[in-house]
Amino acid sequence: MPRMNAARKHPVEFTLNGRTVRAEVENRMLLSDLLRHEIGLTGTHVGCEHGVCGACTVQIDGRPARACLTLAQQVRGSDVRTVEALAPDPAVLSPLQAAFRRHHGLQCGFCTPGILMSLDALLRERPDADREDIREHLSGHLCRCTGYATIVEAALAAAEEQRKEETTNA
Amino acid sequence: MKPASFDFLCPDTLEETLAALADGGGDARVLAGGQSLVPMLNMRLARPALLVDIMRLEPLRRIDTSGDEIVVGAGVRQAELEAWPSLSRDLPLLAAVFPWLGHVQTRARGTVCGSIAHADPSAELPLSLVTLGGAVSLRSRNRKRKVKADDFFIGMMATDLAEGEMIEAVHFPKARPGGGYAFREVGRRHGDFAIVACAAVADDKGLRLGIAGVDDRPRVFPLPALDDDQFDDAINDIAWSLDARDDFHASARYRRELVRGLGRETLKEASRCRA
Repeated sequence: MPRMNAARKHPVEFTLNGRTVRAEVENRMLLSDLLRHEIGLTGTHVGCEHGVCGACTVQIDGRPARACLTLAQQVRGSDVRTVEALAPDPAVLSPLQAAFRRHHGLQCGFCTPGILMSLDALLRERPDADREDIREHLSGHLCRCTGYATIVEAALAAAEEQRKEETTNA
Repeated sequence: MKPASFDFLCPDTLEETLAALADGGGDARVLAGGQSLVPMLNMRLARPALLVDIMRLEPLRRIDTSGDEIVVGAGVRQAELEAWPSLSRDLPLLAAVFPWLGHVQTRARGTVCGSIAHADPSAELPLSLVTLGGAVSLRSRNRKRKVKADDFFIGMMATDLAEGEMIEAVHFPKARPGGGYAFREVGRRHGDFAIVACAAVADDKGLRLGIAGVDDRPRVFPLPALDDDQFDDAINDIAWSLDARDDFHASARYRRELVRGLGRETLKEASRCRA
């Protein structure tokens, strides 16, 4: 592949929430900025821009990752999911989102999209995730409103619900 | 908090990568997982003219066993080594270290070799490599060399890596039969940078204690047995020999106290684990 000049924009193609997107970006463009400013998906929030706060967490190839520590060019060919992919319908929350609402897992909501994407990845990978697993995943996020306890309760409730659902369907 | 502009190259071969690094000299940087380099770009502490993305180079994405060593290629993500089935048998120290290494979200992208190249004085992977007596394979267009970990880290975020060179792999010595390994860390938040981190090995060669977060690079020291009369003096001498400094997170005095207390705890645990 030829060297991509800094002064120009270059194409990047990847899957975003199940659809192929193609964008023209500067080499220095972060994935977080591509999502928000170019594509217009503002559900992914930007806090610290150096990987500490976790607000910008999205899923890249199924794993939670910082969008602010990823260049847009690095997701070429990858599968990216953002918080916009969670709700099945604009009027219906996903089970995890609904549990957050029920258990007061958010107040201002700034950190919530990132936390949802980390926990969604955890619950899909490990449906039997316990309190400790949830806390481990949450340690990569800062929330200044809730004190985290309600977030842990919401995640445990969502995990429980998901397990019940699977038993019913089995 | 946006990177300055740079040229970008995503080569398909190692030859192309090494040629670009040779031509770029000091202005070219290798980009792997980006979990150390992209924050530096965002804060403009690094302003390379060229980034060379090595994650499409398949030969670098391997974990190999070679004799007494586990060889981790430059494209292996931390989460991949963490999930490697032989980890707890062959590298029990790393199995203890991973839960403390950044967060799930950064281990998913960050590479093992990237953390070694970044050489943060409080980072867990450089500490582990030095404590185990590992080595780093370096490659440039005209040269291939292997450097002992203790010689590779030369100061605060400074390594022996020359212009035009890249890390091709790191070599972790396999656990010795019956050896005990332990890791402890004190930080402000689980997964944040350590104030002090200790790694200990107890095997047929005796006790060794690795310390990060105090000096400007990870250091490793031999120690007498825990019940030896000389032990207290020895660990105290180590604490004072390190160039501990006061900073925003902790005083030099607290760091020395952690070396004595946490160091002893870590050595105790490694000794207990020794079969």
